[in-house]
Amino acid sequence: MRQIAIYGKGGIGKSTTTQNTVSALAEAGHKCMIVGCDPKADATRLILHKKAQNTVMDMARERGSVEDLEIEEVLLEGFMGVKCAESGGPEPGVGCAGRGVITAINFLEENGAYSEGTDFVFYDVLGDVVCGGFAMPIREGKAKEIYIVTSGEMMAMYAANNISRGILKYAQSGGVRLGGLICNSRKVDKEHELISELARRLGTQMIHFVPRDNQVQRAELRRMTVIEYSPEHQQADEYRALAKKMAENRDLVIPTPLSMDELEALLMEFGVLENEAA
Amino acid sequence: MKKVMDHNELFTRPEYKEQFERKKTFENCPSDEEIKKVADWTKTPEYKELNFQRQHIKINPAKACQPLGAVYCAAGFEGSMPFVQGAQGCVAYFRSHLSRHFKEPFSAISTSMTEDAAVFGGLNNMLEGLENAYALYKPKMLSVSTTCMAEVIGDDLNAYIKQAREKGVIPANLPVAFAHTPSFVGSHLTGYDNMLKGILSALTAHKKGEPNGKLNIIPGFDPYTGNIEEIKRILNMMGVPHTVLADVTDVFDSPNTGEYKLYPGGTPLEDAADSINGEATIALQKYSTQKTIDYIHKHWGQKTVTTNPIGIKGTDALLEELSRISDRPIPEELENERGRAVDAMIDSHPYVHGKRFALVGDPDLLLGLMALIMEMGGLPAHIVCTNGDKNFEQEANELLASSPFGREGRVYVGKDMWHLRSLLFTEPVDVLIGNSYAKFLWRDTGTPLVRIGFPLFDRHHLHRYPVIGYKGAMNLVNWIVNTILDEMDRKTMHSASFDVIR
Repeated sequence: MRQIAIYGKGGIGKSTTTQNTVSALAEAGHKCMIVGCDPKADATRLILHKKAQNTVMDMARERGSVEDLEIEEVLLEGFMGVKCAESGGPEPGVGCAGRGVITAINFLEENGAYSEGTDFVFYDVLGDVVCGGFAMPIREGKAKEIYIVTSGEMMAMYAANNISRGILKYAQSGGVRLGGLICNSRKVDKEHELISELARRLGTQMIHFVPRDNQVQRAELRRMTVIEYSPEHQQADEYRALAKKMAENRDLVIPTPLSMDELEALLMEFGVLENEAA
Repeated sequence: MKKVMDHNELFTRPEYKEQFERKKTFENCPSDEEIKKVADWTKTPEYKELNFQRQHIKINPAKACQPLGAVYCAAGFEGSMPFVQGAQGCVAYFRSHLSRHFKEPFSAISTSMTEDAAVFGGLNNMLEGLENAYALYKPKMLSVSTTCMAEVIGDDLNAYIKQAREKGVIPANLPVAFAHTPSFVGSHLTGYDNMLKGILSALTAHKKGEPNGKLNIIPGFDPYTGNIEEIKRILNMMGVPHTVLADVTDVFDSPNTGEYKLYPGGTPLEDAADSINGEATIALQKYSTQKTIDYIHKHWGQKTVTTNPIGIKGTDALLEELSRISDRPIPEELENERGRAVDAMIDSHPYVHGKRFALVGDPDLLLGLMALIMEMGGLPAHIVCTNGDKNFEQEANELLASSPFGREGRVYVGKDMWHLRSLLFTEPVDVLIGNSYAKFLWRDTGTPLVRIGFPLFDRHHLHRYPVIGYKGAMNLVNWIVNTILDEMDRKTMHSASFDVIR
């Protein structure tokens, strides 16, 4: 069983990329599971064709305790038999979403969600590694591979670098490694070159460049992945290519994060930041 | 010599009585009549209904939290220092709680996490804590558990301990066991279970070898040091070689020699490490050992048996199991002990038969006490188990259904002592069994209380006596029947029934 964690800046397309990639893996015959680690609980919507109502924490809130839940209630099957669970969590502004992730993953583990026949488990994790809870998926015995979804926009790259710093901390004490950057294109100038260079500086690779295509939005409106909605479309092939590269990827590294100055210099080099002195 | 007045006498003096009155006025306290009116209302079936609808508050729950169980377990190993990643106040509570029950000093370490640790994570606290603990207290093993604070922010013990080794703050070969023990999940039983599993995993790694022919005994979260001595005595009588895991006897019942020992005893680490090569593992409790037993069964491939040797039937079952596994007969001496225990029960049964009991406590103890009470014809009526789960509820109901004396019994899982208070008013019983906190129920309802369980703060030495085995059955009968007889004397003291013979 390979366990993979997907990190990236909020709104960068982690959930869309994860679900399309997992669909492609499932299509190729792999048994997959997605664990959504975000209180918004939208990491499995395209696989289940609806927003998951039964998140672990929502159910726990309803029943009064996570001990009162049954695994069947929160582990649902969607497109191509992909198993889906969502941690769920508190309403915005209250409580602790990080602890929600810990509680949910503990519950899934203790109740046998990680069954033997599973080939891939994907954790779709909210934003940066902001607290110990959001690092839960990369603790010892869980995901050993991380992919960061980014784009050529400055803040996305900044987040990718930040996440690499988090990974570095866990890589030094455990077995977790960076598998690569996934560029989810925003059609920024020189985006391909820029992310390839960022990947190189981080000691990793840009594993795939996913071009921007409105077909993704069309499929999403129908609560489907592109793989399901339009399997013949060229964008579906992009996700298939990404899935294949991830399945075959052996290039797992300890990242070498950049300093803020180095990152800004890189952006200037590619003309994203205007050099004020010039 | 001037007599120093104690608490009891001092506050009955006029100046204090006056002060209490003034305080009442100042605080605008309701009148005595009003207080009595409300107090009486809390005794009614109407209030009971409301009380049982209560959802968002627990009042006097009969349980403690995970790390308390974890430090208790950790104390049961030779040279093991319980080390708690978290806030200081929690560890002060564990220490005082255990000291008040056993009347023994007890050491445990806190990493004293404060606000900065809550923001930045507790890695530095862990590193400094481990370094200091090793330098100051020279433990043979550190057993790390956590408080709520470390759990909420998601401290990763495994990663932290690895870093501590890499940075060289503790020697590479010092065993450091760990268990995540969030207080807001389960109870002290869960914490005991998690810590024991953590310690055994740490100590037995790469130790699989030739079978050693020994039997492992796991007492579970057992607040009676007398029980551990009793099981050892039974095994020695039968000639069964054994290792008691998490043996807290010498730690919580250490001889006073005039010299303080930081590490007064516990299971030798070598024996604990070799437990992986044992013949079988027998747990004397179920609900505090489930994860550990599961781990031993699956990872060590060992035969595991869970027993509950309280009462005659329970002890019979344990001895038969011991005899089967070790292929040794049950010695005549033990059979005689059984005879004596049965004789004691027959002597006392006229006073116990038909009496209604309310019980509150930990699940395994409750099951054992219910069995023993029904063996004497007593009627378990209210069984309150704050930290019981669905499995316990089912098991307790099956036990009740197995005897005609169980017919009146009702099991209340997740309920607390304030629920029990309502039950004692609306459906009274003859005897109440519980820990020291149950004395408030005794005060409010007048139901005679037999102190059995944890914690026992207000009576001394009870933990030194076993409640398991035939000897334990005799102790239980002694405590129960003599409480009933004391009550009978109190009730008849001014009547013709006040008798010297009972």
